[in-house]
Amino acid sequence: MIALLTRDLRLAVRAGGGFGLGLAFFLIVTVLVPFGVGPQTDLLTQIAPGILWIGALLACLLSLDRIFALDWEDGSLDLLATAPLPMEGIVSVKALAHWITTGLPLVLAAPALGVLLNLAGPGYLWLFISLALGTPALSVIGTFGAALTVGLKRGGLLMSLLVLPLYVPTLIFGAEVARRGAEGLAVQTPLLMLAGISFGVAALLPFASAAVLRINLR
Amino acid sequence: MDLTASNLTVARGGVPVLDGVSFALAPGRALVLRGPNGAGKTTLLRTVAGLQPAMAGEVTGAGERIAYAGHADGLKSMLSVGENLRFWAQVFGTEGISGALSAFNLETLEDRLAGTLSAGQKRRLGLARLMVTGRPVWVLDEPTVSLDTASVALFAEAVRAHLGQGGSALMATHIDLGIPEADDFDVTPYRAKPRAALQDEAFL
Repeated sequence: MIALLTRDLRLAVRAGGGFGLGLAFFLIVTVLVPFGVGPQTDLLTQIAPGILWIGALLACLLSLDRIFALDWEDGSLDLLATAPLPMEGIVSVKALAHWITTGLPLVLAAPALGVLLNLAGPGYLWLFISLALGTPALSVIGTFGAALTVGLKRGGLLMSLLVLPLYVPTLIFGAEVARRGAEGLAVQTPLLMLAGISFGVAALLPFASAAVLRINLR
Repeated sequence: MDLTASNLTVARGGVPVLDGVSFALAPGRALVLRGPNGAGKTTLLRTVAGLQPAMAGEVTGAGERIAYAGHADGLKSMLSVGENLRFWAQVFGTEGISGALSAFNLETLEDRLAGTLSAGQKRRLGLARLMVTGRPVWVLDEPTVSLDTASVALFAEAVRAHLGQGGSALMATHIDLGIPEADDFDVTPYRAKPRAALQDEAFL
């Protein structure tokens, strides 16, 4: 398992692995929004938590199809399936590797990008916390989508259509935590809901992902 | 422990291709599947390897005892030869890759990226992976594709060494490897009669 994680991280860092792709996309989206909205700092402050969350979500989506597609193409997915690792473990490790290479950089970069959107003072901490809690859920749900569409030629678009609706609850509660935090309101309820979603999907979805992957390998 | 298949029916895309296949493979022996393209050799091998379920019949002595090598080598082009092998050794919980490297004459290539290897070298690396799995039953699908005569000899030698240690091998190939422990198994007589696909195919 650790060997698989190290391999995936090493592949992500080496050329062609797509490390930093999501981060660069996130950066560009956040830079483009002020240009589109215009120099209205009040309005930007208001929409900053939501924009940052949507940007992070789309950046996450961008690299999802790499989770299994590359291993499928070169045949290593077949070999992993016959290896002494449980399929549930393989998909969990894949999701973890995706989060470390995509989600974690987004979490760390988001507060810095908040400045560009004139995020209100108390919002930085809560934006950071909400993304740190919510992005693992995005990776786990995305791994499920990637498992569903593995083996389809150009399945990326279909995967986006399947995954984006599943992202809605995470987005609602994640952005709500960031918004309430920025406005100085109590964040406890959406924070608990967000944590519930994250832990829930991390506990249950790997079983579903492993099951669809087994069917797709046939 | 023998690898046995009894009355196995295997299907590709929901359509049965081989029907009533039975064989037994004892330790120290190899079984070479013969048959024309499309006869169902790959499907049979994938079923034995547990990658797809059998429509009927059963396979015993497989599961965790199998090392599978398919058409694709499962190499990561951005990892070096050594890193590729070490990864599989770690996954299968075995130590040391030097034996596998020397058996397939890959020592000089250890630090090269797998992506820069020739087709034959990649295949040799893919076959070297079998040796680091430490599994007793090798299931090989056309292992000699893109190998030159010298490499085929290396491969035959590796298979014989594996058989000598009490392992066994089930492979599909069109060439004669010159392995005396190998028996031929022609799949043509087991070809399934054409019939309608099973009903649950619509849901898969």
